[in-house]
Amino acid sequence: MSETFTKSMARNIYLGGSVFFFLLFLALSFDTLGALPKRDNRQNITPQVALGKKVWEENNCLGCHTLLGEGAYFAPELGNVYTRFGGSKEAIMGFIASRPVEGIPGRRSMPQFNLSNEELEAVAEFLKYTSEINAANWPPNVQG
Amino acid sequence: MQYSSQAVAKPYFIAAIGLFIGQILFGLIIGTQYVIGDFLFPEIPFNVARMVHTNLLIVWLLFGFMGAAYYLVPEEAERELFSPKLAIAMFWIFLVAGALTIVGYLAVPYATLAAATGNDLLPTMGREFLEQPTITKIGIVVVALAFLYNIGMTIITGRKTVINIVLLTGLTGLAVFFLFSFYNPINLVLDKMFWWWVVHLWVEGVWELIMGAILAFVLIRLTGVDREVIEKWLYVIIAMALITGIIGTGHHYYWIGTPEYWQWWGSIFSALEPIPFFMMTVFAFTMVNRRRKEHPNKAATLWALGCAVMAFLGAGVWGFLHTLAPVNFYTHGSQITAAHGHMAFYGAYVLIVITMISYAWPHLHHKAPAANGRAQLFEMWSFWIMTISIVFITLFLTGAGILQVYLQRVSDTPLPFMVVQDKIALFYWLRLWTGVIFFVGLCLYVYSFFAKDNKSLASS
Repeated sequence: MSETFTKSMARNIYLGGSVFFFLLFLALSFDTLGALPKRDNRQNITPQVALGKKVWEENNCLGCHTLLGEGAYFAPELGNVYTRFGGSKEAIMGFIASRPVEGIPGRRSMPQFNLSNEELEAVAEFLKYTSEINAANWPPNVQG
Repeated sequence: MQYSSQAVAKPYFIAAIGLFIGQILFGLIIGTQYVIGDFLFPEIPFNVARMVHTNLLIVWLLFGFMGAAYYLVPEEAERELFSPKLAIAMFWIFLVAGALTIVGYLAVPYATLAAATGNDLLPTMGREFLEQPTITKIGIVVVALAFLYNIGMTIITGRKTVINIVLLTGLTGLAVFFLFSFYNPINLVLDKMFWWWVVHLWVEGVWELIMGAILAFVLIRLTGVDREVIEKWLYVIIAMALITGIIGTGHHYYWIGTPEYWQWWGSIFSALEPIPFFMMTVFAFTMVNRRRKEHPNKAATLWALGCAVMAFLGAGVWGFLHTLAPVNFYTHGSQITAAHGHMAFYGAYVLIVITMISYAWPHLHHKAPAANGRAQLFEMWSFWIMTISIVFITLFLTGAGILQVYLQRVSDTPLPFMVVQDKIALFYWLRLWTGVIFFVGLCLYVYSFFAKDNKSLASS
């Protein structure tokens, strides 16, 4: 690197650049926090949704599935599963509850999590709430 | 080795390599489950094995970073480590906590682990890469604080160089941003938004400072190039890393409920994210070409150059491939993401830790600047086998990803996820067999630590 470009100039670019862009990032993040109430479907967060999220987390659903595209890529996207299952919470509950304990020979299978009816309803409600988040029209189609 | 306290790095490096082996074994398990769906089911379901695979990766890289810091900081600060005893105590705490967590993942259902560790009190579990029980997370914070105190005191009371200050900045950032793992709101959008403050600001932010500092340290030792020159490069590289990477977080804010303007911020800044990685490649090659001495540790030079190139390919090129919002609309959360993840982590972070181990180990173990020629030969073979394997793993996953995206998201008649998975199974088979070859390379790497030179082989 050229002699006229000194180490202290490099240091100043590092310090100035990182501080400036971190502050810009903070500003954008604050703006986002202000914009979220119109997008994140928070009005539909009920105690049942909260329980559903807890069941979702405590069974590590993200270890196989994606939710709004984040997670593992072993099993289908679930951010829009409520739509894909025809807007039916019963269909979601029925699917989870009917997984065979020993799996399906040779094929991927969701484990049998032995959820109570209350937990099943809560997970379905959580997935309904998730499907109503404004995610900029993602996924591209119903297949997720 | 100039300071006896640098020896505390040794157990950290051993643990790192041990956990690396575990990570790859579980990688082979989940690679098999991709094609034989009921493999080890229901004993080790995919979600558990994947969690072990990714968590082992994170933990062994952290062991590697800490070992690197314990080796590097005394030499840079020109004094003994502030407290070697504290470093050893933290080693055992971290290792036992890590091992117990992995045993917990494998021994009981995840929900049972959550209940047993009091996840109700402060729910932090069940989020990708942050699956650890809350108590483990608290343990990580304790270890990180003790570690920062230890190397911070060493640096404050010793010589301050650009390298150890940048390293300390990176490690402090690592600890600070990890605190966001304790913030887990019920609002899913907020949860996801701040989850990235841990994950993105780690791997595309402060970890790059750690990587840059380690690379600069090793290059000064291997090439004998003037410190002033190397430190100037380091500043420019990390400046570009943070200038592009911080706002680059926006490429994760396209489709999770955050406003659409992130599609612009994220696309523009993350399109620039390859720049620091490209500079790192130019930096490494320029320094080696301008070397003022022939260092006998040829293997360490190979790892260092390989690290810079593979980080650029994996993080830079494969990141750019799917970072623009209109592309990411189709590729988000597909095998393209997996392809990028594998090569980026290998190139940037696996290889920087191995580079450091390769440079430091002969000093730590043999009291010599380099291992014997035969050991270096095995190291170089392992470099090429693992690196070529990861390139092919990435190419096969990219092939799988392109087909997946087309069949499931682009074509006029989009097919269901599982139907598509069956159609692209060939690529998963190819990936699995390449993973086996990667494991062979890793075995050779481990063997290189025990390889005797030809002379002592002949005499025995």
